[in-house]
Amino acid sequence: MKELYRLSAAELSQLLRSKQVSAREIAQASLDRIAAVEPAVDALLDVTGEQALAAADQVDKALAAGEEVGALAGIPLIVKDNICTKHVKTTCASRMLENFVPPYNATVMEKLEKAGAVMVGKANMDEFAMGGSCENSYFKPTKNPWDTTRVPGGSSGGSAAAVAACEAPLALGSDTGGSVRCPASFCGIVGLKPTYGAVSRYGLVAFASSLDQIGPFGRTVEDVELLFSAICGQDMRDATSKPYAYQAKSASVKGLKIGLPKEYYGPGITAEVKEKVLAAVKTLQQQGAEVVEISLPSTDYALAAYYIISSAEASSNLARYDGVKYGYSGRRDGSLEDLYLSTRSEGFGDEVKRRIMLGTYVLSSGYYDAYYKRAKLLQKMIGQEFAKAFTQCDIIATPVNPTTAFRLGERCNDPLQMYASDVCTVTVNIAGLPGLSVPCGMDSAGLPVGLQLIGTKFSENTLLAAGKVYQTACGGFAVKEM
Amino acid sequence: MNKKYEVVIGLEVHAELNTKTKIFCSCENRFGAGVNSLCCPVCMGLPGTLPTLNEKVVESAIRMGQALGCTINGTTKQDRKNYFYPDLPKAYQISQFDVPLCANGKLDVLVGDEVKTVGITRIHIEEDAGKLIHDDTMADTLCDYNRCGVPLIEIVSEPDLRSADEAKAYLETITTILLYLGISDAKMQEGNVRCDVNVSLRPVGASEFGTRCEMKNVNSFGAVYRAIVYEAERQAKILDEGGVIEQQTRRWDDAKGVSVLMRTKEDAQDYRYFPDPDLLTFVVSDERIAQLAAQCPELPTAKTLRYMKDYGLNRDDASLLSLNKVRADFFDTCVKLGRCEPKFISNWLIGDVARILNEKRCEVCDTALTPEHLVEMIELIQKGTISNTAAKTVVEEILNRDVSPAQVVQEKGLAQINDSSALEAVVEKVLAENAKAVADYKNGKTNVLGFLLGQCMRASKGQANPGTLKELLAKQMETL
Repeated sequence: MKELYRLSAAELSQLLRSKQVSAREIAQASLDRIAAVEPAVDALLDVTGEQALAAADQVDKALAAGEEVGALAGIPLIVKDNICTKHVKTTCASRMLENFVPPYNATVMEKLEKAGAVMVGKANMDEFAMGGSCENSYFKPTKNPWDTTRVPGGSSGGSAAAVAACEAPLALGSDTGGSVRCPASFCGIVGLKPTYGAVSRYGLVAFASSLDQIGPFGRTVEDVELLFSAICGQDMRDATSKPYAYQAKSASVKGLKIGLPKEYYGPGITAEVKEKVLAAVKTLQQQGAEVVEISLPSTDYALAAYYIISSAEASSNLARYDGVKYGYSGRRDGSLEDLYLSTRSEGFGDEVKRRIMLGTYVLSSGYYDAYYKRAKLLQKMIGQEFAKAFTQCDIIATPVNPTTAFRLGERCNDPLQMYASDVCTVTVNIAGLPGLSVPCGMDSAGLPVGLQLIGTKFSENTLLAAGKVYQTACGGFAVKEM
Repeated sequence: MNKKYEVVIGLEVHAELNTKTKIFCSCENRFGAGVNSLCCPVCMGLPGTLPTLNEKVVESAIRMGQALGCTINGTTKQDRKNYFYPDLPKAYQISQFDVPLCANGKLDVLVGDEVKTVGITRIHIEEDAGKLIHDDTMADTLCDYNRCGVPLIEIVSEPDLRSADEAKAYLETITTILLYLGISDAKMQEGNVRCDVNVSLRPVGASEFGTRCEMKNVNSFGAVYRAIVYEAERQAKILDEGGVIEQQTRRWDDAKGVSVLMRTKEDAQDYRYFPDPDLLTFVVSDERIAQLAAQCPELPTAKTLRYMKDYGLNRDDASLLSLNKVRADFFDTCVKLGRCEPKFISNWLIGDVARILNEKRCEVCDTALTPEHLVEMIELIQKGTISNTAAKTVVEEILNRDVSPAQVVQEKGLAQINDSSALEAVVEKVLAENAKAVADYKNGKTNVLGFLLGQCMRASKGQANPGTLKELLAKQMETL
């Protein structure tokens, strides 16, 4: 038998239910693995060992008593540190919230607790989810398990690296412009950015409210499906969430029309990435899918629209960190303005400050119409183009990232280059669509490449079904030995 | 005030709504609770929390809009108004910017004997902020977040008001309407209703407006009056001295009777309004809007005018009645019974009933008094069954317990004595006991008649029919 930590959530669940292994053994295996690989990966900000073992014991007790247990009973889970966990620090990898302990659970955490999941740790990230490399953490950069001199992608880099390094089979991330799909692709695992409104945002510390979604990571498509079906559904505490229940589809792509938008295969995409993604599409074609060429002409403007809308919302969402009620507090012996200035200058990192300034600027009177209003118009156009494209095809296949994982520090001083790596993912957030990132082979340097499948709103089941077909056809996804 | 200038005034009235819960969370909406005892992660703006709109707030605002004849926007859009202040936990206030819930209304206000029509620019919904408490002993400022998320409507008038009197009457009418609709407790002393006053001057006859100054923190009817008088004089002095008015925001200090500069136009904040992405547009159906419109009661000014025109009440009595919805409703029910003159009902309600209610510090609905009983009592007076004096005793009784006036009259023996033979005996007895007064009368001091009449009334224990008594007395005196 494989080591416990190597098993998928589905496999662990089966062993647990057939009493071949206890929840405590599973949790302990996860904690041991964390202790073994964390020094190399630095994926976590907090390991919640004690709570994990206590939660695991609860599951064992319930099983021993013959009680019903939830779908994720006893399964170790890692949670991005911008999702509020009651009584467990939630830092957003920022000095600002270094010691912030939420008095409440995010809705997803309530659901996962009910489902019996066992949280083993909180994951590192780019500060306030702003970044694509996980290097913007106030605490430490996370490393890519496939090559620890490289970034894991971001902003949910800690969650993705932890799953890739087998610290846990499941993790939660959040995706505002690609923050689940990018690190999933860089780390060679599966990640889903759900339809906007499919998963409650209550308790997700806001970056850009109209784009943020919590999404699942796993090493298999089935595990991602398992976690997604546990967290989705309408929440009365989130006015933007929609009535929705996940219904799995049979794993088939027969007759499925896959659209290839030519704008996503242009010169910005490296040859190796393009080759691997097209090879994956070919595999799906061999399984019965049809391929059609489509066009999404506004793609070129999407990046600009994304950075305007997301920064505008962020500038407002992050205004509450003023040093008054919680979090980092600067000079308290001067004027109110001194307190605000010192708190925000010292509490936020450079990238966060850059976005706050950008967002403040685009919302200023006199500039609002030129920037924010036009970006919102573009958002509408991009949505309409997708709607039109989906009259020609069922799903759309693109690369997740233009490149594979880059080296730590390589892009730190070039924000524009860093922003450009989001070019294939931001449109999905702007249009509120679901996007699945599936590993589709390695480049010549041995780094994972990601295939992105985009669907219509609430078509997660179609995407996951296609993902499963591809996973089987390619013989499963490689796991990094560490 | 200088006669050269015309004062131009516009009011922004913020009224707290009396919904059970706050606007974006399920915390209780109540005044006077212990510091920071009515708050939760949502109204405290903790990271990750989200607002969800209390639909009752929208309905209350729509009802106010309908009362003020506004166009109602069934689609509610909410915007963020961004600014930093310690009483604002999210550092933005959720308000409405370009699409208010209600717009383009008007309100008739009675100023003296004139009806003044004031344009209503807009009414929008927003959340209240917390309260800062400046603690001298700790030399520090503390925050009470109970008020965070208390629902507010902001009612903005056109610059249609032309005097402090008009502004005061406007504000009084607005608060009365809030009470009529039952959507706010409208207690200015508890800060339920707060007011910002915009004042500018222009030469009499000019058509263009002058530069305005806005005064904040004007929080009582009297303060509105005083602030406007002060500000108009301040501006007139500047203009008289050849100066120009600078656009300013000023804070009214009612205790000192002065306004103090807060900021000039140059320091005006840029609130960076944008649509709140956490709240989708909320739609109220046309059907629901129509249902709410049907609930709109007759408004105070219309009531006052109707009382004057239809019932012949004078303006003071008519407006006294209509300023209090409970008493106005009571009055209307009495009148509808159609058994006595509205004027008599009004006299009793404004007179003895109001006096007793004031003493008891309660409202007519808190007592046993019913419209039927009050009307029946007035009928007893008119029929001569009881005197006005006896009626004062009856009214006390029918306020205290659910008993018919006739029964009170019987229990207490308050029936008026109309029988001449019985009264003749009283008169004879009084005249015999007051020989000196009778002698004075004979000597030409006819004014002692009043004294003797009083003595007779007293001897009858107030039950004598005053008319009959007077006649009998006069007759007896002549025969002397």
